[in-house]
Amino acid sequence: MAVAKVTTAVTMVQALNLALRQEMEKDPSVMILGEDVGKNGGVFRVTDGLYDIFGEERVISTPLAETAVAGAAIGLAINGMKPVAEIQFEGFMPPAFDQMFSHAAKMRNRSRGRFTVPMVLRAPYGGGVRALEHHSESPEAYFIHTPGLKVVIPSSPQEAKGLLISAIRDPDPVVFLEPKRLYRAFKEEVPEDEYTIPLGKANVVKEGKEITVLAWGAMLKVSLEAANRLKDTISVEVIDLRTLAPVDEEAIVKSVKKTGRAVIVHEAPKNCGFGAELSSIIMEKAFLSLKAPVKRVAGWDTPIPLPKYEDYYYPNVDRIMKELQRTVAF
Amino acid sequence: MRKVLHNFSIEYLQVLDENGVCDESLKPPLSDDDVKKMYEAMVFARVFDETLLKLQREGRMYTFASLRGQEASQIGPAYALSADDWLVPSYRESGANLLKGTPPEVLYVYFAGDERGNSIPSPVKHLPVAVPVGTQTLHAVGIAWAAKMRGEKSAVLSFCGDGATSKGDFHEALNFAGVYKTPNVFMVINNGWAISLPRSKQTAAETLAQKAIAYGLRGIQVDGNDVFATYSAVKEALEFAYRGVPSVIECVTYRMSDHTTSDDAKKYRDPEEVELWRKRDPIDRLKKYMYAKGIMNKEYEEKVQQNSEKRISEAVKKAEAIQEQEPIDLFKYVYADMPLRLKEQYEELMS
Ligand SMILES: Cc1ncc(C[n+]2csc(CCOP(=O)(O)OP(=O)(O)O)c2C)c(N)n1
Ligand SMILES: [Mg+2]
Repeated sequence: MAVAKVTTAVTMVQALNLALRQEMEKDPSVMILGEDVGKNGGVFRVTDGLYDIFGEERVISTPLAETAVAGAAIGLAINGMKPVAEIQFEGFMPPAFDQMFSHAAKMRNRSRGRFTVPMVLRAPYGGGVRALEHHSESPEAYFIHTPGLKVVIPSSPQEAKGLLISAIRDPDPVVFLEPKRLYRAFKEEVPEDEYTIPLGKANVVKEGKEITVLAWGAMLKVSLEAANRLKDTISVEVIDLRTLAPVDEEAIVKSVKKTGRAVIVHEAPKNCGFGAELSSIIMEKAFLSLKAPVKRVAGWDTPIPLPKYEDYYYPNVDRIMKELQRTVAF
Repeated sequence: MRKVLHNFSIEYLQVLDENGVCDESLKPPLSDDDVKKMYEAMVFARVFDETLLKLQREGRMYTFASLRGQEASQIGPAYALSADDWLVPSYRESGANLLKGTPPEVLYVYFAGDERGNSIPSPVKHLPVAVPVGTQTLHAVGIAWAAKMRGEKSAVLSFCGDGATSKGDFHEALNFAGVYKTPNVFMVINNGWAISLPRSKQTAAETLAQKAIAYGLRGIQVDGNDVFATYSAVKEALEFAYRGVPSVIECVTYRMSDHTTSDDAKKYRDPEEVELWRKRDPIDRLKKYMYAKGIMNKEYEEKVQQNSEKRISEAVKKAEAIQEQEPIDLFKYVYADMPLRLKEQYEELMS
C-alpha cells in the first residue's frame, strides 16, 4: 500500500464514498446501481452526493428487484462497464444470489475466458445495530462456497477504501460485504489520494507467539479487545483475513506454525461457517505444529434474534477470552 | 396477416370523493353500523400509528413503518374478510392486522424487538409481518391453493406495495394464481413511493392493476383513500376468488410519513406533494360523509378518539410489562425437537 501524505479522519461510510467517487472520476465505465442509491444516497448514505456529481446515468436508483440489479450488472460488466451494484441489506441478497451463483461466478470459466464479469456486489452486512428482521445476517459463506466469486470484508475505514478500489479494478466479480456496525463506529486517518490494498492478502494486525486469532469485519475489533485484555497472560496474534475468497492460506499457515494454536471468530452461524474451512486448512497444512484443537467462536446455529435479544447471539469479548484461555490451557 | 388479439382496459373505482360526497349508485350495501365500525377501525389504526411513532422517538421501541394516510386501503379490505379468510400482510398493514383480530399489544411487542410479536394468537388467520419485499405474495398463493385442495370456503387477501410489483416474486405469484385458479385477492398498495423511488420510476406501465392482465387475472384500480371503494372492490373480488378467479386490486393512496422511522423523506420528496395528499385524507373524507348523513356528531367523534387512545395506552402498558424472554427461547423454536448441538450451544451461552 502506497502511503499518501495527506490524510483525513473519516468513518467507513465516508471512506467508501470517497473510493467510489475517485474511481468514478478516473474511469468513466464505473457506474453505481441499486435501490435508493441516487438522490437518497443509499439508506446508509454510502453513495451520498454521487448522484449530484455524476448524474442519473451513472448513479441509478433502480426499481425494487435484487435479481435484476445483480443480473443486469453481469450484462453491463460483460459489455464493458464496471458496475458497482448495491444490495440494500445482506438479508435481501438471496434473489441476487441466483445470478451471482449461476452466472457471475461461472461466466469466465464457461466461456473459456471470452466473457468476464468485472463487477462488485456491495451490501451492508452483519448485526449489532438493532435492526429489523432480515437486516442483521452474515451470509458470507454462501458466496465463499461459490467458485469464481471473490469475497471481501473490510474491518476499518482505511481498509474499506483500499479494498473497495481493488475490488472495482479486479477483473472478476467481487462480493464486498460492509459490516454495518462499523459504518459510523469510529473514524480513522485515511489517505485522501487513491490507494489499493491487494485482494487475497491477510493482515497481521497484532503479533503474538502463543495463539492465532483469525477474524474479519466487525469481529476483528472484538477479537483485538479480547487479546488486549489477556496481554499479561497470553501472547495473542490477531490476523484480519480481509479477503475470504481467495483466502490467504500462506499467512494463516505461517502464523499457526509459529503459535501452534488457533481460534476463529465469526458472527455467522457456526454450522458450515467459514471457520470450518479455516480449521480444515490448518489441519491439512499445519497439523504437526498444533498443540491444541482449533476452536471456533461463532454465532449460534439459530436465526438472529430480534433487537431486544440480539446481544445473546454475537461472539463477544468474554466468549473469545474464554476460548483463548481454554485453548492455551489445553 | 396482422391483427389485434387483445385490447385491455382497466376500471377505476371511487365511491366517496375527496369532499365526502358519495355516489349512492356505487355505494356497497353497508349499514350505518358498518360505516361506524369502519370509521372506528380507521381511527384506531391512526392512533396506534401515532402512539408507536411517539414511543419510537422516545427510544422505547425500534424501527417502525407508519401507515398514516393508508387507513382506507387497509380497513376497507380487512372489513370485507370473513373469519375464515386469510390476511397476508407486508410490514405496513398494522391497521388491517388489528381489525383482523391481532391485539395491539402483540404488534407493539414486535416493533419493540421481541419475537413474540410474530406469534399471532390462534385462531386469527393472518401471517406475521413479511420484511423481504414481495415474498409474501407467494405464500398467499400457497395458502389459497391449500384452501382449495381442502375444499374450504376461504380466500386469501395479501398486501404488497408498488415497489413489490417489480420483484419476480410478485409476477410468479400472479402467474401461479392464474394457472391454479387459486382463491387470491392481491392488494397492491400504490402509496406513491418505495422508499425514495417514485411510482413513475418503478415501472413504465400506466397502472399497476394492469399487471393482472398478463397473467389472466382480474385487475382494477381504486381510490385507496376511499374506504367504500376499497371495501367494495375487495368484497367483489372475494366472490370471484371463491369461484377460483383471482384478482389484483391497486389502491392509489399516499405514504404520508417517512418510509420508516429510519428514513428522512425530506431528502427526496417535495413537501408540496405531501400537502396535496393531506387534503385527500381518508378519515376526514369519511367523517364529512358521516356528518352529512347524520350518523356522526362531535360527541361520538370525541368518544371514538378517546376510546382508541385508552385501548392503545392499555395495550402499551401490557406490552411493556411483558416478562423478558428466557435465553432458551432463542433455541427452542428452531426445530420441533432441539438437536443436541443446539442444547450444547445453549449451555455454552449460559455458562
Ligand atoms: C427484497 C427486499 N429488498 C429491499 C428491501 C428494503 N426495503 C424495505 S421497504 C422497501 C420499499 C418498499 O416499497 P413498496 O413495495 O412500495 O412498499 P411501501 O414501503 O411503500 O409500503 C425497500 C426497498 C426489502 N425489505 N426487501
Ligand atoms: Mg410504496
